[in-house]
Amino acid sequence: MSIQTIEDTKVKAFPAKPAAVIAFTAKTRRRFDLLAIAGKLARALVPPAIVIAIMLVVWQIACSSPTSSLPPPSQVWNEAYDLIAHPFFDNGPQDIGLAWRVLISLQRVAIGFGLAAIVGVALGALVGQSIWAMRGLDPVFQILRTVPPLAWLPLSLAAFRDSSPSAIFVIFITSIWPIIINTAVGVRNIPEDYRNVSRILRLNQFEFFVKIMVPAAAPYIFTGLRIGIGLSWLAIVAAEMLTGGVGIGFFIWDAWNSSRLPDIIVALAYIGVTGFCLDRLVAAVGAFVTRGTTAK
Amino acid sequence: MTAYLKLDHIDKSFARGIQVSEVLKDIRLTIDKGEFVSIIGHSGCGKSTLLNLIAGLTKVSAGAVLLEDKEVDSPGPERAVVFQNHSLLPWLTVYENINLAVSKVFGRSKSRAERHDWIMRNLDLVQMAHAKDKRPAEISGGMKQRVGIARALAMEPKILLLDEPFGALDALTRAHLQDAVMDIHSRLGSTTIMITHDVDEAVLLSDRIVMMTNGPAATIGEVLAVPLARPRRRVELSSDRTFLRCREAVLKFLYERHRFVEAAE
Repeated sequence: MSIQTIEDTKVKAFPAKPAAVIAFTAKTRRRFDLLAIAGKLARALVPPAIVIAIMLVVWQIACSSPTSSLPPPSQVWNEAYDLIAHPFFDNGPQDIGLAWRVLISLQRVAIGFGLAAIVGVALGALVGQSIWAMRGLDPVFQILRTVPPLAWLPLSLAAFRDSSPSAIFVIFITSIWPIIINTAVGVRNIPEDYRNVSRILRLNQFEFFVKIMVPAAAPYIFTGLRIGIGLSWLAIVAAEMLTGGVGIGFFIWDAWNSSRLPDIIVALAYIGVTGFCLDRLVAAVGAFVTRGTTAK
Repeated sequence: MTAYLKLDHIDKSFARGIQVSEVLKDIRLTIDKGEFVSIIGHSGCGKSTLLNLIAGLTKVSAGAVLLEDKEVDSPGPERAVVFQNHSLLPWLTVYENINLAVSKVFGRSKSRAERHDWIMRNLDLVQMAHAKDKRPAEISGGMKQRVGIARALAMEPKILLLDEPFGALDALTRAHLQDAVMDIHSRLGSTTIMITHDVDEAVLLSDRIVMMTNGPAATIGEVLAVPLARPRRRVELSSDRTFLRCREAVLKFLYERHRFVEAAE
């Protein structure tokens, strides 16, 4: 009986439906991209613009009374208009545009920071690679790195007997510590596998340094360089205030001595923007150089 | 005839402070030219240590590794290693990774054009020529391991050392790579030592299987010859008498006579 029923049960053929094909139409993306870029720019620029506008308004209100000790933005604009509008004028040795002063300071930073980068990476590699170098040098570095930049200046002036090399030395000694320490950490973190590869290939010390150590530690090295460039920009302004010359730091000191407060405010804006650009520049170079290295 | 590679009474112990742990004890093994030997054992039995000793990456405590009757105690390109986790340099492309090895090993003996041809030939051998400009992060795990094998082969090693080369791969990719290794071995006749913990893999690929006892002080428990004709095909072998007998012998060794006891602490 039960067999019978099974035989009776007709197997219904499942109606074969043709699979629905959904055609993906290629959308014209171009206009959308332009809109997207505009939207991105707006998201990045509009909020800070609003914040700056509010700050200016508050500042204007706070400093507009005749007894106020600091100038309001309107006064800065009127009195320091030459500095804002003409960054590149050149009227003789001590009367030059702020952009020139920034460039002169940047040149000092470039020399000092460049030397610090070279020496710092080399020393960091040594400390990261050799356990005895680390035991000997690391405590010394840890103590020296806490010395404030300007504390080096008198010693440096005594040694170099000239203001410009002294300022460069202060940059160097300020920015080298984070470079050394970060490089050392990066070198210590090189995976054992990469070392084994280099041992099997019998790479010599120099080849290992160039082909494995530097690229493997590059993300750490660039972290150190980025901290270093920030510190050196901090230090140069302070050093120039004391050593004189034509840098942006001395300009501020000079303006203070002749009570030109609006000029100081404009110079501060220049310093801030330049420091920001330096930081972004090093970060961008780092991102370009280390592309792909962090991915496993 | 003298052996191509001879492991002569090797002991290895690691010292940590005053505590000395003996890992390998009295390893004696000779390997002929062109032979494919697998070393199998439970995890922690020191098989990777043994491979590192042959590679020269760690030093023996006693005894010696002799390659063509010469003692070797430091690493070199004539004993190329394929690492378990490929260890390709991530900032170099596939081509540049192999070029690093080729320009170091053949920098003097081959011209630039010859080196290029040699790199491409080794990439072709592992069927990776199409990805020569990709970075390791852009290719799959199996492909990375292929490039790792190509890099090792490009050093033209006397002995190819494979350290659990397929351990991190899925079963299908693993089978493809095993076939690739068999194919390369038959074409080049390279002397190969492979560490594995996969019984099928050991029987399929090897001429001889070296079975390790459990640590501490592990040693070679048994050496099994695999008398299967080459070329071997995995599908046909799955019902082959000899294959099954060898497989059973290894399984019996690992799971009956030297059962792995998890250290109770």
